[in-house]
Amino acid sequence: MTAFVLKRLAVGLLTLLAASLVVFFVLEVLPGDPARIMLGMNASPEALHALRTEMGLDRPVALRYLDWLFGMARGDFGRSYTYSSPVLALVAERLAVSLPLALMALALSTAIAIPVGIYAAARHGRPSDTLAMGLAQVGVAIPNFWFAMLLVYVFAVGLRLLPAGGFSGWGVGLDGLWQGVKALLLPAVSLALPQAAILARVTRSAMLEVLGEDYIRTARAKGLPRRKVLWRHGLRNAMIPVLTILGLQFAFLLAGTIIIENVFYLPGLGRLVFQAISQRDLIVVEGVVMLLVAAIVLINLLVDICYAVVDPRLRSSR
Amino acid sequence: MSLDSTFTPVPERHVLAKALANRSFLVGLVITGLVAAMALVSFFWTPYDITRLAVAERMQGLSLAHPFGTDHMGRDILSMIMIGARNSIAVAIVAVGIGMGLGVPLGALAAARGGWADEALMRVNDVVFAFPALLTAVMITAIFGPGAVNAIIAIGIFNVPVFARVARAGALSLWPREFVLAARAAGKGAVLITVEHILPNIASLLLVQGTIQFALGILAEAGLSYLGLGAQPPMPSWGRMLFDAQTRMAVAPHLALFPGLAIVITVLGLNLLGDGLRDVLDPRIRRER
Amino acid sequence: MSLLEIEKLSLSIGRTPILQDIDLAIEEGQVMGLVGESGSGKSMTALAVMKLLPHAARASGRIRFGGIDILSAPEAAMCRLRGDDIGMVFQEPMTALNPVKTIGEQVAEGIRWHTGANRADAEARARAMLERVGLPERQFPLSRYPHQLSGGQRQRVVIAIACALKPKLLIADEPTTALDVVLQAQILDLLRSLVEEDRMSLLLISHDLAVVAEMADRITVLRHGRVMEAGETAAALTQRRHPYTRQLAEASTHVPARAAALRESDGEALLQVEGVTRDYPLPRRSLLSRRQSIRAVDNVTFALQPGQTVALVGRSGCGKSTLARMILALDRPTGGTIRFQGMTLQDKGEEALRPVRRHMQVVFQDPYGSFDPRHRVERLVAEPLHLLDERPDRRRRRALVAEALEQVGLAAADMEKYPHEFSGGQRQRISIARAIITRPKLIVADEPVSALDVSIRAQILDLFADLNRRLGLAYLFITHDLTVARAVADHVMVMHEGRIVEAGPARAVLDQPRTQPARALVAAAPDLERALQRRLARASAG
Repeated sequence: MTAFVLKRLAVGLLTLLAASLVVFFVLEVLPGDPARIMLGMNASPEALHALRTEMGLDRPVALRYLDWLFGMARGDFGRSYTYSSPVLALVAERLAVSLPLALMALALSTAIAIPVGIYAAARHGRPSDTLAMGLAQVGVAIPNFWFAMLLVYVFAVGLRLLPAGGFSGWGVGLDGLWQGVKALLLPAVSLALPQAAILARVTRSAMLEVLGEDYIRTARAKGLPRRKVLWRHGLRNAMIPVLTILGLQFAFLLAGTIIIENVFYLPGLGRLVFQAISQRDLIVVEGVVMLLVAAIVLINLLVDICYAVVDPRLRSSR
Repeated sequence: MSLDSTFTPVPERHVLAKALANRSFLVGLVITGLVAAMALVSFFWTPYDITRLAVAERMQGLSLAHPFGTDHMGRDILSMIMIGARNSIAVAIVAVGIGMGLGVPLGALAAARGGWADEALMRVNDVVFAFPALLTAVMITAIFGPGAVNAIIAIGIFNVPVFARVARAGALSLWPREFVLAARAAGKGAVLITVEHILPNIASLLLVQGTIQFALGILAEAGLSYLGLGAQPPMPSWGRMLFDAQTRMAVAPHLALFPGLAIVITVLGLNLLGDGLRDVLDPRIRRER
Repeated sequence: MSLLEIEKLSLSIGRTPILQDIDLAIEEGQVMGLVGESGSGKSMTALAVMKLLPHAARASGRIRFGGIDILSAPEAAMCRLRGDDIGMVFQEPMTALNPVKTIGEQVAEGIRWHTGANRADAEARARAMLERVGLPERQFPLSRYPHQLSGGQRQRVVIAIACALKPKLLIADEPTTALDVVLQAQILDLLRSLVEEDRMSLLLISHDLAVVAEMADRITVLRHGRVMEAGETAAALTQRRHPYTRQLAEASTHVPARAAALRESDGEALLQVEGVTRDYPLPRRSLLSRRQSIRAVDNVTFALQPGQTVALVGRSGCGKSTLARMILALDRPTGGTIRFQGMTLQDKGEEALRPVRRHMQVVFQDPYGSFDPRHRVERLVAEPLHLLDERPDRRRRRALVAEALEQVGLAAADMEKYPHEFSGGQRQRISIARAIITRPKLIVADEPVSALDVSIRAQILDLFADLNRRLGLAYLFITHDLTVARAVADHVMVMHEGRIVEAGPARAVLDQPRTQPARALVAAAPDLERALQRRLARASAG
C-alpha cells in the first residue's frame, strides 16, 4: 500500500514538473517578449526596459525557469504586476470564495446524483428510471452559465430570495456565514446541476454493469434478497467508475468557476485568472494555473488511494 | 471464452436495422439533422439580414415578424441563431477533427508498439489531463488573441488525449485477439494490421466518442464566446448572444431563452445520437437478471 | 416423493422457446446428471429451479421441491430456499466471487443471513466449511481476497458457499469446464465426498459424458430444450438405445481413421526445436529490488517429421501455448534455436520469415475470435496469400479460396458470407481453410476442438486426419484433452511447468505414463469407457 502511494506520488510530482515546463514555455517563451505582452504594443522603451530588468528577462530562459520553479517550491509565486502584491496572498484571498464554491457544488452534485443513479439502476427499465434518465440527459446538455442566468432571473430578479451576484465576504458569526452561503448558493447550484446529471448517469450505468456480473448471481444464490445484494455487493464495485468521474469533476468544477464567477461577479480564483489574462499579468496566470494543476494532481492521487481502499486487487499488485 | 470485456466488434449488417429501432438514435439523428440543416440554410437564406442594424426595432418581444424577437441592436434573433449554428458546428467539428486526426494515430501507434512509446504517450496524456481544460483554453485564446480559430485549437488540443486514450484502449483489446494473431501469422506487419483490422474494428468506438466530444465542443465554444474569447462580433455566436442578454435579463428575458435553448437542443441531440450509436454498436448483450 | 420434481416445464424468452415439456425427478441422496450440447437448455433448467431466470423468461409447468411449488412461490420464500435448502455452483470460478470482499465474508454471509448467527459464529462455521473444501485456515485465512486464489481454489470457495448450510439439493452447472483435467478431477472428488457425507442430492450439469458417467446415478439427456432420454446412467450409456445418446457417446470416443504412423528419423526433420527457453519479466516489487522473471518455457527440445502429427499435452499454464507462439514466430525465445525446414527462426526479421510463414500456418481455439467480423470469408481465407511472392489476381485468388473451402467440406459460394453466418464447427472449417490455402507443410493447432460440442469435434478431427492423408500435412496439436491426443497423434509430448517431461509414441505415453506429471494427467482425464466399466463393476458387486 505504501509503495503504491509513493509511486503515485512520484508520478504526480513528475506530472507537476512537466506541467510547469508547459506553462512556462507557453506563457513566457512562445509568444516572444513577455514584457511587451504585459505592457502592450504602445509601451515606451524605458518602461519596457525597466520591466525586463524587474522580471529578470535579460537572464537566460533556463535560469528564469529554474528561479520560478524553486521560488514556487519555497512558496514564493512572485509579485503581481497589476495588483503589486504577492501572488500567493492574492490567491489565498480568492480561494476563500472559490474553494467553498467548488466544494459546495461537489457536495450538492454528489448528494443528488448518487442516490438518483442507484435508484434508477434498481428500477431499471421502469417509468421512474426512464424519467430520471431523461432529466439527466437534458441536464447534461445545459450550459452551466445559461442555467445560472435562468436561476438569477427566477430567484433573484423574480422571487428576490437570493442575491443576483457579488460577494461581501464571510463576515463574522453565524449570520456572516449565512450571508456567504447565500451568495454562493445560486453559483453552486448552477455548477452542480449539469455535473450531477453526468454523475447520475455514470452511477446508474456502473450499477447496471455490476448487477450483471456473475458474483451478483452467486450472492442471489445464497438467498439474499435483491435489495440486499444491490447494497452489499453492487455498490462497492460500482464505486470504482464513479470515483473516476468524481475526480474529473472536481477539476472541471475548479475550472468551471471561471465562467460562473463571471456570471455572478464573484471575486474568486476564476475571476482573478480571467482578469490577469486580460491584463496580461503573466506571473499571476502562471501561479494560479500551477496551483490548479497541483490541486488536480492531488485529487487524482486521492482518487487513486480511494481505488485501492475500495478494490483489494490494486492494493497488492503494482 | 475470451478474457477481454472491453468490446467485441459487430458486423455492419445488423447495425442499420438495429439503429432504426433505437429511439435515442432516431431522435438524436433528427435533432442533429435539423440543426445542421439550419446552419446550411443560413448560408443562402435567413429571415432577416443581420448585418443591418435597426435600433428602432430593438428588444422586441415575440411576434409573427420576429418569432424569437429582436436583440438590443434590433437584429432578428432567429436569424442570429441560424448563423450562430454555423459557428458552433464548425468549431466543434474541426476540434473533433484535430482530436481524431492526431489522437487516433497516436493511440493506435502506442498500442501497436507498446513499451516505452506507449508509456511516453500515456504520461503526456496525464499531463494534458492535469490542466483544467477550460482554463487552458482561456489561456491560449488570451495569449494568441481571441477568435474562432484559436478557440478551435484550444478545444482541439484537449480532444487529442481523449481520442488517443479511446483508440489505444480499443486497439489494446484487439491485439491479443486470435484474428490479429492469424494476420501476423500471415506475415502482415503492424501498420498493415492496424489499417486492415484494428482501425475498422475500433471505428464504432471512435464514432461514439466523436459525438460526445462534438457535444462537449459545442458547450466549450459557447463558454469561450460567452467570455468574449470565441468568434468575434459581428459574427454571431450563441455564447456571445447569451453574454449580451445577461445584463438585459430583467427587461427582456427572451434574449437569453432562445440562444440557450439552441445550445441545449443541439447538445441533447448529439448526446442522444451518441447514446443511440453506443447501444446499436456495442454488442455486449446486457444480461438481465 | 422425490426431493425435486420437474413436470412439463416449458420456458421461453420472448418468442424463442428454450425448454419444452421437461420432466426430471431427483430422489434424496441421488446424483442426477443433466447432459446436452450447447444451447440444449441445461443451464436454464437449473436457473428455473433456483428461480433466477432472466426477466424476459416465461416458464410454465411445475417444479416441486420438498412440497413447495417453486414457480408460484413468492420471492421471500425463494430467498429462504436459496442457499439454505438449494445451493448452486457455477461454471466460471474467476468471476463468481465478489472481488472486493474477503472469502470469509462471502462464505459467512449466507450463514448469517439464514441462521441469524452472530459474526463470530458464522465465521467459525465458514472456517470449518473452507477447511472441508480443502482450504485450511493456516494457508488460506478468511481474510484472503478472491484475486489471491487460483481458479481451482476459487471454485472451492464457491462450493463452500453453496454447501455451507448442508443444502438438500446442490446444483452444479458445468463446475469444472473452466478448469484443467487435474483440477477437474480434484473438484469432482470434492463434490462427490461432500454429497456423500452430507447426504445431499446433486444435479450435475455437464456437456461431458465421461464426467457424468463417473459421477451420476441417473442421467437425463437434453437436446434443443427437450428430454431425449432419461434413465440409469450405466444402462443408458452402455445400451445407447436412443439414437441421440448413441450419437453423443460415439462422438465422445471417436477416433478418426488415419494413415499408418510414420517411422521415426525419416530423413530431415521439418521442425527442430533445441533448448528453447522463454522468460517473462515480473513486475518489479519495488524500485530498488532486482527485476525477477518467470520461466514459461524451459529448455525444450524436440523434432517433428514431415507428415507427422505430434500432440503437445499439459495442464493449463504449463507453457504449451507460449511454445506454440515461438514456433509460429509470433514471439521470440529467450534462448535456444527453432529451425523450420533447416532455417533458424528466432533471429530473422519479418521479411525473411515469409517463406517460413507460407509453409507453417495456424488454427486457433476460439471459432468466434479467430476472424475479423468485418471481413467476408473470401478475404479471411485469402489473408495468408499475402505471403506469396507473386500476389494472385482476383480471379486466381477466388479460385484458390474456392478450392480451400471445398477441401474442408464447405461450398465455394460460402466465400461471400460473413463469419457470423456460420456455426462454430463451420467456422473452425473456415479457419482450417485459411491455414491450408498456402499449401503449408505444418499446421500448429492450438486447442482447435476445445470450444466445440462433441459431435462437431468428431467431424473436425476427421477433417484434420483427412487433410493429413491427402495433403501430407504435419500437425503440432496442442490440447489439454487426452482423448483428442489419443485420437489424432502419432507422437505425444507431455509438458509440465515449462518442460517436456515425457515424449514418445502416443499409445506408449498415454497407456503407460512413466513420469509423475504424465501419470497425474492420464489418471485425471475423464474416460467414458473406463467410467462405465467402473460403474458396472460397482453395480454387480453391490
